Amino acid sequence: MNKKIVAKTGNEAMAEAMRQINPDVVAAYPITPATEVVQLFSKFVADGRVDTEFVAVESEHSALSACVGASAAGGRVMTSTASQGLALMHEILYIAAGLRLPIVICEVNRSLSGPINIHCDHSDTMGARDTGWLQIYSEDSQEAYDNTIQAMKIAEKAFLPAMVTCDAFIISHSMARLELIPDEEVQKFIGEHRRPYALLDVDNPITVGPLDLQDYFFEHKRQEIEAMKEVKASIIEVATEFEEKFGTHYGFFEEYRMDDADSVIIALGSTAGTTKVVVDNLREKGMKVGLLKIRVFRPLAYEEIRNALKNVKAVAVLDRATGMSSFGGPVFHEIRSCLYESEKKPFITNYIYGLGGKDIFPEDIENVYGELAGIIKEGKVEKLVNYIGLRE
Amino acid sequence: MPSLKQLSSKEDLFTSGHRACAGCGATVILRQTALIAGKDTVFVGATGCMEVVSTIFPYTAWKVPFLHNAFENAAATASGVEATYRAFKKRGDITKKINIIAFGGDGGTYDIGFQSLSGAMERRHNLLYICYNNEAYMNTGIQRSSATPYGAATTTSPAGTVIPGKQQFPKDLTEAIAAHDIPFAAQAAPHNWVDFTKKVEKALSIDGPTFINVLSPCPLGWRFPSNKTMKVSKLAAETCFWPLYEVENGVHKINFKPREKKPLVEWLKLQGRFSHLLNDKNKHIIEEAQNEVDRKWDRLQKMVEAKI
Repeated sequence: MNKKIVAKTGNEAMAEAMRQINPDVVAAYPITPATEVVQLFSKFVADGRVDTEFVAVESEHSALSACVGASAAGGRVMTSTASQGLALMHEILYIAAGLRLPIVICEVNRSLSGPINIHCDHSDTMGARDTGWLQIYSEDSQEAYDNTIQAMKIAEKAFLPAMVTCDAFIISHSMARLELIPDEEVQKFIGEHRRPYALLDVDNPITVGPLDLQDYFFEHKRQEIEAMKEVKASIIEVATEFEEKFGTHYGFFEEYRMDDADSVIIALGSTAGTTKVVVDNLREKGMKVGLLKIRVFRPLAYEEIRNALKNVKAVAVLDRATGMSSFGGPVFHEIRSCLYESEKKPFITNYIYGLGGKDIFPEDIENVYGELAGIIKEGKVEKLVNYIGLRE
Repeated sequence: MPSLKQLSSKEDLFTSGHRACAGCGATVILRQTALIAGKDTVFVGATGCMEVVSTIFPYTAWKVPFLHNAFENAAATASGVEATYRAFKKRGDITKKINIIAFGGDGGTYDIGFQSLSGAMERRHNLLYICYNNEAYMNTGIQRSSATPYGAATTTSPAGTVIPGKQQFPKDLTEAIAAHDIPFAAQAAPHNWVDFTKKVEKALSIDGPTFINVLSPCPLGWRFPSNKTMKVSKLAAETCFWPLYEVENGVHKINFKPREKKPLVEWLKLQGRFSHLLNDKNKHIIEEAQNEVDRKWDRLQKMVEAKI
């Protein structure tokens, strides 16, 4: 297949994926640093490069509300947002998932106010981790693009909404090499969108979003829970088909030089890229280090992650959000929880880093591996929750 | 316009068996709207009495497609339905005309849904929004909204010993929405089914955003006997507290002019929510309320005379 090699930012890459998906409806609202996605898509609409009905709404709340209406009506639907925008959508995130509407959000990870800050951290999507949306994190522009295309297909297979994320500015505004799949191949890959129940099928009227009280609500939620479990098979199916057609392998997570690794860092997003460089350097020095990059955080592949860490001696979870639990970040909690059943529990420690866009450097990551080596040597974890690059 | 006989012989699309209170004005409004609009219609309802009483799973009173999303976003949600409708029409998946009707109570329309409604009107979606205005948050137990009349007692504007009910006049939402320069905005009331039918028919015949604000007497919240709904509705129009009028392409037209404007107190005294105003020490409140009704009615007539 003739892939076109271009230079694109993360935002441009996601906008390109949206153009190629050519959804029926996009309802969106500008917000830094995701504004560009909406702008670029508006231009595609204005130039007739997509058939999409673009609804330039007056808030993110209305953006997702309109998406719910458009999707329930039977359309293929997408939007894009970040940070406060995702927070404003919060109420409707649960509704979109509860109504089993396969909407896709291209999300750019930005911190949440206050104080106000426009730069990268994962507080926004971590705050939405319990809403019933699939969450797929991207290391770079290429992944943001590939993930967006796959997310549309997964969402429509599973009747679950999905958000694909990339790091604010670090990815969203940085130019990188991007391999574009030809338009018609994307269309073939995602296929036609045909829904069994749609509001606009007026000859077969249905009621969507009824009052669901004590006698049925829990049963419906249980179905949603089951769907979240079953979607794991769809994620792998779609990834396999993607690899067969377009050559790139994807899974729930990526294991980087994990084979004989004693010390492993777990990270999401762009930091995984930086960590790979550090791993390569340390491997040259003979250190047995590796990286587990989480791609799909919702649903979390608990068993697979546990299995991947079964021979590891020490794990450091890098969290770009705090969770304000007084006990480390959200990814740390979940990884620690999935290791509870491990026969040989590795030592585990948590590093909160990069809030509000504070940079993380290769030396910081090297230090983490150094501390993991120390933990293995000493046989204990001194400090469970640590902070990187912070004035104390 | 269909005759009453014709309307009554049509299949009900908002059916009986819903769980609204006896004497509820809003169900009359929705049933008539569905009869007029017919089966090629999608309804989008805001959270509120009408959603709660009509869709308790696994039952539904709707024989037409119905979507409930949340409280403040019926207009935005309907915008999305309409966008998909346009997309499907464009590619030939749908050929027939489908009406899209959003509705909400005054809480979901005047207050929490105001921004969403304003946005949908400005974007010129082809949809009709109906507000069933029962002048308070009835579903949660009669709390004041920006549609609650001056002096009315609600559970959050109670008639206390110091503060005698709501201290503010209601927001003039019909004019606020008409100010979006939409093709058609109107006020109606359920007792006058002919006027209401004409307005719904007109609204649905227009390609663009339309809005009808319908007074919806609520026996529970307004505290009147459940067999007096239509009487209360009628008196609201006859006192000119709730003028039946429309604004079509920017021009105001009064649809019902009482031969003799009845004093506001005749409407107030039917309703328990105003009973504290009949006390001598609160007489001034009734006077102020009457003055406001007179001012608004004069203003409306002047606009009609000026053909604006």
